[in-house]
Amino acid sequence: MSKKTLTNNGSKSVRAKQVPGRFGLYGGRYVPETLMAALEELESAYAKAKLDSKFQKELRGLLTHYVGRPTPLYFAQRLSKHLGGAKIYLKREDLLHTGAHKINNSLGQVLLARRMGKKRIIAETGAGQHGVATATVCALFGLECVVYMGTEDMRRQELNVFRMRLLGAEVHGVDAGSRTLKDAINEAMRDWVTNVRNSYYLLGSALGAHPYPTMVRDFQSVIGREARAQILKAEGKLPTAIIACVGGGSNAIGIFHEFLKDKKVKLIGVEAGGRGLGLGDHAARFAGGTPGVLQGTYSYLLQDEAGQVATTHSVSAGLDYPSIGPEHAALHDTGRAEYVYATDQEALEGLKLLSQQEGIIPALESAHAVVEAAKRAPKMKKSEVIIVNVSGRGDKDIGILRENLTLS
Amino acid sequence: MLTFKSRPGLVVYVTCGDPDLATSRAVILAAIDAGADVIELGVPFSDPVADGPVIQRASERALKSGTTLHDVLALAGEIRKARPSAGVIVFSYLNPILRFGMERFAKEAALAGVDGVLVTDMTVEESATYCEIMHSRNLQTIFLAAPTSTDARLKKIAAASRGFIYAVSRTGVTGTKLQSDVRGDAEQLVKRIRKISKLPIAVGFGISSPADFRAVGEYADAAVIGSAIVKIIEENGDSAAKAADAVAQWINSLKSIGSKARA
Repeated sequence: MSKKTLTNNGSKSVRAKQVPGRFGLYGGRYVPETLMAALEELESAYAKAKLDSKFQKELRGLLTHYVGRPTPLYFAQRLSKHLGGAKIYLKREDLLHTGAHKINNSLGQVLLARRMGKKRIIAETGAGQHGVATATVCALFGLECVVYMGTEDMRRQELNVFRMRLLGAEVHGVDAGSRTLKDAINEAMRDWVTNVRNSYYLLGSALGAHPYPTMVRDFQSVIGREARAQILKAEGKLPTAIIACVGGGSNAIGIFHEFLKDKKVKLIGVEAGGRGLGLGDHAARFAGGTPGVLQGTYSYLLQDEAGQVATTHSVSAGLDYPSIGPEHAALHDTGRAEYVYATDQEALEGLKLLSQQEGIIPALESAHAVVEAAKRAPKMKKSEVIIVNVSGRGDKDIGILRENLTLS
Repeated sequence: MLTFKSRPGLVVYVTCGDPDLATSRAVILAAIDAGADVIELGVPFSDPVADGPVIQRASERALKSGTTLHDVLALAGEIRKARPSAGVIVFSYLNPILRFGMERFAKEAALAGVDGVLVTDMTVEESATYCEIMHSRNLQTIFLAAPTSTDARLKKIAAASRGFIYAVSRTGVTGTKLQSDVRGDAEQLVKRIRKISKLPIAVGFGISSPADFRAVGEYADAAVIGSAIVKIIEENGDSAAKAADAVAQWINSLKSIGSKARA
């Protein structure tokens, strides 16, 4: 739509802010024509559901009684003392049913799919948490569920593969590219383009073509709404900083969104630094990416000189993705949020730290956020507060941890 | 020139650089000599979401041989020189063109003698600037229309299209076999487009036999053949001459049946 977006010459004013589905320059809708009618149908169904008090009431009821909201905002006293600076609070999304924030979105979208009369649900999954959450809500409503997952991710998250199958989902391995999340999304899109008339694509992160980035953010923003009220109650003030890991970016945008207007609250996203910053060794889009289009959206993208998408690496399957949600790209460019990265090794140590200081084993993804908190807290005043979003629990990672951690 | 000499006209898709550029060149020239009206020069991409396994594998082979958009434009220039009257289209996903620079792409494509451009994941809503740049270089913008496109969408597609409109025969990725009920889908779509646009219409996706080709000729102006050709190249990829012969032979069988149908 905007000249600057696609040519980078800036010769015309950017109308981006007025266009739905645009976040600054980023976002949009770049898909094969066959999917466009479905995206328009979804956009309009979601717009109606959003304003429908019956829909919202059903969602709230299930979030409370089935999913387990609100989650606690827990003061990690021992960890804070150990680090010797700011007070660290943990937003405990790991305590949700199925073990991660993903179900906030899966539940919202499955309710929408039912309203739209769709009986077959397609999903992709990286770490398996979105796949498990989607298989769970499909079981709850008796819907057919087909999940695409890279074979590398199936290997390293085999427990989640079993959970999805136990819940009645069909899991298809994808043996292309780096055999991870990106490749799973390609295959899910191919299924959708084929079965678009009867299937609903339940995308798991704040990615893809409009309206997904907005809709997924809305369903996840319950995290930030709760956290803001909880910290005001506990501390009587807003935090200095909020830290969350960023793969596609749904848990991060979910906790950031309610705080966007609180300009003094620092928002920090932590990407996967993998084993180093060579192309192919990491998934730190803001450290090595440039704007481009992948899987329906314009955002930062790890790519080579010819515009081919780069392979990525992270010890955590949920962060192992070459692009990032378009709203994060906009927050990065305006400076409203800051993006850093943690390496595989640091994440493993962060996971161990939280486990042994607080008795909480976080997901490897969430451990990236713990690492950043541990770097910052000692340099901050004791009166300052950090909230870390513990987006998921680490049970799924035990296999990887066994391979990579030495316990004394 | 994007014109169709007979009905149905024949549009042939080739993934450039599969398995190398010399093979692509030989195959394309042979296809033109056998009667292809328009050649779609496929730019390989790492994440071809609209493509089935056959073109996915071709893309992988082409990337393995190091093929870039720059190479595809150079090949377009050679084809234009060797066969001045053939129609030449660059067929790509958006990202390689974005990375190359859209204005630079339009300029170099026009210089190479390219007639038109089709970008699979460029939706008509996002296309205002793209169309402006392409049209300023006299490049035709070809868009896809799908059986799922609403009439409102077809109107926007027709308004942005130049050269011809590419009607997708059915929902799905490239290369999957047509099912018997699909003819209805494609024919219906073509009828809907005819009400809105006077542009020629080419039907593609899943056309793999002389019978499919002949059937398309009954309701559309041209047929696009992609995966069936790419599969022949895959099976004969060890030699450029062999691949070119096999493709020419296959097109001959197609065309002879096509003209019989007209007689």
